[in-house]
Amino acid sequence: MSGPIAKGVSVIVIGGGVTGLSAAWWLARAGVDVLVLDKGIVGWEASGRNGGGASHYHSPLFHEEQRLWPLMDDMLGYSTEYRRERVVYATTPLHHEQYQRMARMCRDIGYRVDDLDPAQVRDFVPLAGDNVVSGIHLRFGGQANPQRTVQAYAWAIQDLGGHILQHAPATRIVTSGGRVTGVETPRGTFACDHLVVAAGPQSEALLAQVGARLPLASARAEMIVTEPAPLMPVGGADGNGLYGRQTLRGNLAYGGGPHEWMAVGPSGPARRPSTPLLRNLSRRVAELLPKAANLRVIRSWAGVVENTPDGRPVLDRLDDPGNLTVATMSGVGFGLSPATGHAIRDLVLDGKCSFADLEKLSIKRFADLPDNWRETKGWVATTHEAGVAALAT
Amino acid sequence: MTQRGFDPKAQAGKIPTPARRVEVLVIGAGPAGVAAALEARAGGAEVLLIDENPVSAGLMGLDVPLYYGGRYTGAVQSKARMMEQVFAANPVLEAAFEAGIEIELGVYCWGAWVPGYGLASLPEPLAGLADEQRSWMVGFQRLVVATGARDVAFSFMGWDQPGVMGARGLQALLNTYDAFAGRRLAILGSGDLAMQTARLALDRGLEVVALIEIEDRVQGSADFLIPEVEILTGHVPVLADSGVNGVERLTVRDLATGAERTLDCDTVVQAIGLTPAVELLDVLGADLAMQPALGGHAPVSSDGVSTSLPQVRIAGDVAGVPDARAVDLVAYQQAWMRALMATTDETVIVCQCEEVTREALLAVRQPAYLGPPSAGMAAHDLGRLLDDGPANQDQIKRLTRACMGPCQARRCREQVALILACASNQPASRIPLAGYRAPVRPLPLSVLAAWDEDPVMARHWDVWFGIKGQWTPYADIGTEREALYDGLFGGDMHL
Repeated sequence: MSGPIAKGVSVIVIGGGVTGLSAAWWLARAGVDVLVLDKGIVGWEASGRNGGGASHYHSPLFHEEQRLWPLMDDMLGYSTEYRRERVVYATTPLHHEQYQRMARMCRDIGYRVDDLDPAQVRDFVPLAGDNVVSGIHLRFGGQANPQRTVQAYAWAIQDLGGHILQHAPATRIVTSGGRVTGVETPRGTFACDHLVVAAGPQSEALLAQVGARLPLASARAEMIVTEPAPLMPVGGADGNGLYGRQTLRGNLAYGGGPHEWMAVGPSGPARRPSTPLLRNLSRRVAELLPKAANLRVIRSWAGVVENTPDGRPVLDRLDDPGNLTVATMSGVGFGLSPATGHAIRDLVLDGKCSFADLEKLSIKRFADLPDNWRETKGWVATTHEAGVAALAT
Repeated sequence: MTQRGFDPKAQAGKIPTPARRVEVLVIGAGPAGVAAALEARAGGAEVLLIDENPVSAGLMGLDVPLYYGGRYTGAVQSKARMMEQVFAANPVLEAAFEAGIEIELGVYCWGAWVPGYGLASLPEPLAGLADEQRSWMVGFQRLVVATGARDVAFSFMGWDQPGVMGARGLQALLNTYDAFAGRRLAILGSGDLAMQTARLALDRGLEVVALIEIEDRVQGSADFLIPEVEILTGHVPVLADSGVNGVERLTVRDLATGAERTLDCDTVVQAIGLTPAVELLDVLGADLAMQPALGGHAPVSSDGVSTSLPQVRIAGDVAGVPDARAVDLVAYQQAWMRALMATTDETVIVCQCEEVTREALLAVRQPAYLGPPSAGMAAHDLGRLLDDGPANQDQIKRLTRACMGPCQARRCREQVALILACASNQPASRIPLAGYRAPVRPLPLSVLAAWDEDPVMARHWDVWFGIKGQWTPYADIGTEREALYDGLFGGDMHL
C-alpha cells in the first residue's frame, strides 16, 4: 500500500477490473493522483476469469494493443506471462473458409499471417491430430495470464503512488452543480475532480444515478482447464469453436459455447456457476487437441461479463456530467486493456483519444433504445423449457 | 405487451434432459450413505447408490479422493479384482442390493447442479457421473451427499515421499481395498482419530512404533488409550527419511529440549485432523460455513441432514467430524501448523503438484517457470498483500499456484489456509474457503467429453456470444461494407 489515502484525489476509478486498473495505471503514469475503488478484490470478476487472448483485429484499439503487449512486462514491472503469436487451425471445411477470411482481414490492415498446412500446424501445436485441415499463423497477437496481469496493474499503480481500495463498493456518485464531486463507499466518501466508471455489470445502475444511460445485459461464460502438458511452440492455439491457450505452466485453458444471461445486482453476481457444459467443452478440446485427450480436467470456472446491445464497447467522456468517463468493453476487455487504459487516460486528461477514433463507441448511440431491449433480444434469464420451445421453431 | 425475443446462442434449451432419472441418488456407499439409501428405499423410493471405490490407480497416485501416500500394493492396479474386493469389504451392500437399491461401484460423481441463480437453463437437478471410460448425466429428485471426510495434511521435511499418508487413506487401504503396503507405523496426533488409527493398525497385525503429539498432553479420550503404544507428547516430526521404497525412518524432536530421536517405520500416518469432503456441496451452491468443532468448512444444516438446498441432503461425516470432546478442532490443527512452521525449514514443499514451498507461499513468489522475479515482484510478500485486504486463499493461489495442481488441492488446501492464518496472526477459522469447481474429480477430457452431444448444441455453438456485428471491423461500422459482414456466417465472425 502506498501511503494513506487523502480525502480527495484527482481521479477516482470505480471498478478494479482490467479496464479500470489499466486506466488508473495510465493516469498514474501521467502523474495523476488516482484512487481505484473495488467492491472486492481486484480482477475478481471476468477480468481474472477469461481466455487471456490479445489479438483483436476488429477493434479501433488494435494497433495500440499490438504495440503495447510486448512492452507490458517491462512497463508494469511485473510478469503478465504474455506470449506472442497465435495459430488458428481448422478441423472442418467451414472453419477453413472462415479462418482464411480472418487471415485476409488481418493482412488487409497490414499484419502478417502465414498459411499453414496440416504438418506445419502440428509442428507448432504438437497436441493437434490427424484431423487438421489447414491453419493460419498470426505473426502478431498473443495471450497473457489474466490473473497475473490484473495483479500486475494493481501493483504498478501502487508503485507509482496510486491508491487501490478493495472491499469498498461505490454506493453513490456525489454530484454538485452538474459535476461529479466524489464517491460514497461504506469505507468513506472520497472527493475527486474526475470519475471513471468501469464497474462492469454494475456500471448501468451507477450511471443511472447521474442520469446517464448505459444499457447492459450480463451473462456468464465458462472455461475448463486441464493438468499441464509439455509446452508447445505456440501457446495460443485456437479452433473448433474454442478460444483459449496453453498457459506457461502447461495447462490447457479453453472456453466457448453458449452463455447464460443473468441479472446482476449492485453487489455483483451472487454466484458464478459453471455447468455440465464442461462435457461439451471437454469434447471440443479433445477434438482440437487429440493428443491431449487423456489429460485430466482439473477445474472449470465461469466469468460474468456485461454486454452492450450491439456487443461493442462504450468509451466515452460524457457531456453531462462533463467530468465523468464511461468504459465498458462489452465482454472483450482483457486483451485490449493496455490500449483501453491509454484511451481512457486521454479522454480524462485531454478530452480526446490521441491514437484512435472512438466516435462510434459513444454512449449516445443508445439514446433511443426502448426500455425493454433486453426482453426483445432475449438477453434475460431463460428457462430450459422456453429454450427448447424456441429452438424447435 | 412486450414481444419476448430469444437468443439462440444462449444456453437455454441446450443442456439435455437426462436419459436416466432417479427419485433418490446417494453419493457414497459408506455406512451413512447405505443407511440413507435403505431408509429412502424403505419409504418406497427408487434409489441409485453410487460409490467411486475402487478408484483408478491413477487417481490413487494423486491422493484422490483420499491421502493414500503411495502406500498401496500392486493389487489396486486391477480394477476388476478391486471391484470384487470393495463389494466383499462392505457387507451391507448385499442387504442394500436385496432391498432393491441399484448400486454402481467404481462410478465417480464429478459435479451436481440444481436450478437457481445463474442456472435458469438447467432442465432439472442433475448429477454428472463417470467411470473410467465415459461420463453421463443423471437426473434426481433428491440427492444425498454422503462423501465422508478427508485427512488434513501437514508439511514437514519428507512428507512428499511415499509412505506419508492420512488416517482415512490408511483406513481405506486396510478396510476397503485390503491393499496396504506398510508394516511399521508412526502416527501423528494423539486425539481420538490417532488412537482409533492405532487400534485399527494393531487389530490388523501391524506395528505402531509411536504416536507423536506436539501438545504437552495426550488429546484423546481415556477410553481409546492403548497402554502398549508409546505417545511422545511435546514432540514434532522433523524429517521422514526415505529410501527407494519411500519412508524408512521418522526423526522427531522434543520441543522442550531439542533432543531428537529416530523411529524406524515405513509409514507415517497423519491423524491430526479430518475435514468434511464438501466439494460437491460447494459446486451445488449449498451454504457452507467454517465450523471449527466440526473440523472445518461444513454444510450449514439445522438438523445434520438438510442443507440450504431443498433437493440436497447430507449423511455421515460430510456433515461434520466432531471430536468426542467437541473442542475447536481447527485451532488444534493450527497449533500443529505453528509447531511445524517453527521447526521445519521454510524450503519445505507445501503444494506437491506445483512444487510451491512455504517460503514461496509467504513471499507470494511467482512460480519458477517465470524465471527470476522482477525487482518489483521481489518486493512483494504476504505482508504487503495483507495491507490491501484480508488474506484470501484464492487470490494467493492465483499468484503462487499453490493449490492449482491435478490433486485439486486435496493435499494442501487446508494447510495453505493454516499457514496463511499463522503468518497473519489470526485464527484459521477466519480464512475463507478456497472454492471448489467441477469436475470435483480430475478425470480425462476423453472421459468427460459429451460424445453423445445433442445436435442442437453444435448447431448454435459459437466461440463467444454470437452478437451480430460484434466483430465487424471498426472502420466498416456504419459504412456500406457493414452489410458484407452480415452476409458472412450470419454476421458472426468468430464461429
